[in-house]
Amino acid sequence: MPHDHHDHLSPSGHPYRPDQDGPLTYWQAMEIAIRELMVEKGIVTAAQVREQIDAMDARSPAQGAAFVARFWTDPAFRDLALRDGSNACAEMGFEVGPMRLIALENTSRLHNVVVCTLCSCYPRNLLGLPPDWYKSRAYRSRTVREPRKVLAEFGTILPEGVELRVHDSTADMRYIVVPRRPDGTDGWQPDRLAKLVTRDSMIGVAEALPATEAPA
Amino acid sequence: MADFAPGARVRVKAMMPPGHVRTPGYLRGRVGEVERVLGPFPNPEQLAYRRKGDPLDLYRVRFPLGDLWDRDDADTLEAEIYAHWLEPA
Amino acid sequence: MTDGRRWHDMGGREAGRVVPEDHDYALWEKRVDALVILATTTGKMNVDGLRRVLEDMGEDAFETMSYYERWVASLNQNLLEAGVYTPSELGERIAAVQARGETYGDASNG
Repeated sequence: MPHDHHDHLSPSGHPYRPDQDGPLTYWQAMEIAIRELMVEKGIVTAAQVREQIDAMDARSPAQGAAFVARFWTDPAFRDLALRDGSNACAEMGFEVGPMRLIALENTSRLHNVVVCTLCSCYPRNLLGLPPDWYKSRAYRSRTVREPRKVLAEFGTILPEGVELRVHDSTADMRYIVVPRRPDGTDGWQPDRLAKLVTRDSMIGVAEALPATEAPA
Repeated sequence: MADFAPGARVRVKAMMPPGHVRTPGYLRGRVGEVERVLGPFPNPEQLAYRRKGDPLDLYRVRFPLGDLWDRDDADTLEAEIYAHWLEPA
Repeated sequence: MTDGRRWHDMGGREAGRVVPEDHDYALWEKRVDALVILATTTGKMNVDGLRRVLEDMGEDAFETMSYYERWVASLNQNLLEAGVYTPSELGERIAAVQARGETYGDASNG
């Protein structure tokens, strides 16, 4: 599966990278060996591995964006999402995943941001696999100590009067931030609203896109 | 093991044992308030070593950010802490 | 570290700017991820066992190995502990895989 799309994003929202053509590394050889042994020992089948990867590729921030757009437009869904985020996922037809989901609503007075200082816990069922920076030493170390500076590095400047709340994802919960609905979007349908909801806005390092920047 | 209700003031135990735990070092010894009770989850300190995890209550605890870093700061931080890492404050 | 705090427990430490970088995952990385999930759903390991081994691998591994290189190492350790295979079974299979070809694609088609 060689790629040559350096300027494009894959369906999962990550940039493409070269894949199978480079020299075989020790760790790649170990992956192949482990996979074959697991299949031979009857623990998994090759088809299960493929299905798992297909399911992974199907998860992307688009699911989270649909969740947020419905949260903005459907008061009963908003109530459900705040009470029981996992049930709200099920209601959308998304997989619930092994962890419990908590939706964090941003308001004019409160802004939420999510980090995992101990590893890299992330709401994979709604957003797919985490971006590299989320797993970086810099993000994990600094977000709990100087979160306003970290947000500023993403171009997000919070006014003084807005409380910033950092959520360290230390155990069995997973968190999705519901950014504030952009001004000038009254009457927009959920599909159109969802285009304003970026991955970074659901981690909490950015706001949703303004209405004027809606992708075509 | 103490049970805490929302609003209870709790201190994270200050101990720093080796091994797999899910309590971040920067919160140990710090005082916060229980935001909500998340119900029982299996103890990760047993699961990590291939043991069955005993059920433990998990709490979301809210801390003033300024208290964590000894400065004036109106921002806040929340983390999930298992019951056996908390004591009344 | 005199206070007992371990390397992976990063909250609050000094660190540089957040560089907003990202990459798409390679097929072998997705396979590692899939194998970890399947080893978990089949009861051979759990996420805390995955983390425990990653933590015990130490800071040097964090600095010198990629994310999924560390994951495949932890997956292996957990499967060894679960008795799925022995070290020498793995060693012989790795040698056989490496003998198949120079690239990941070639070595996968065994």
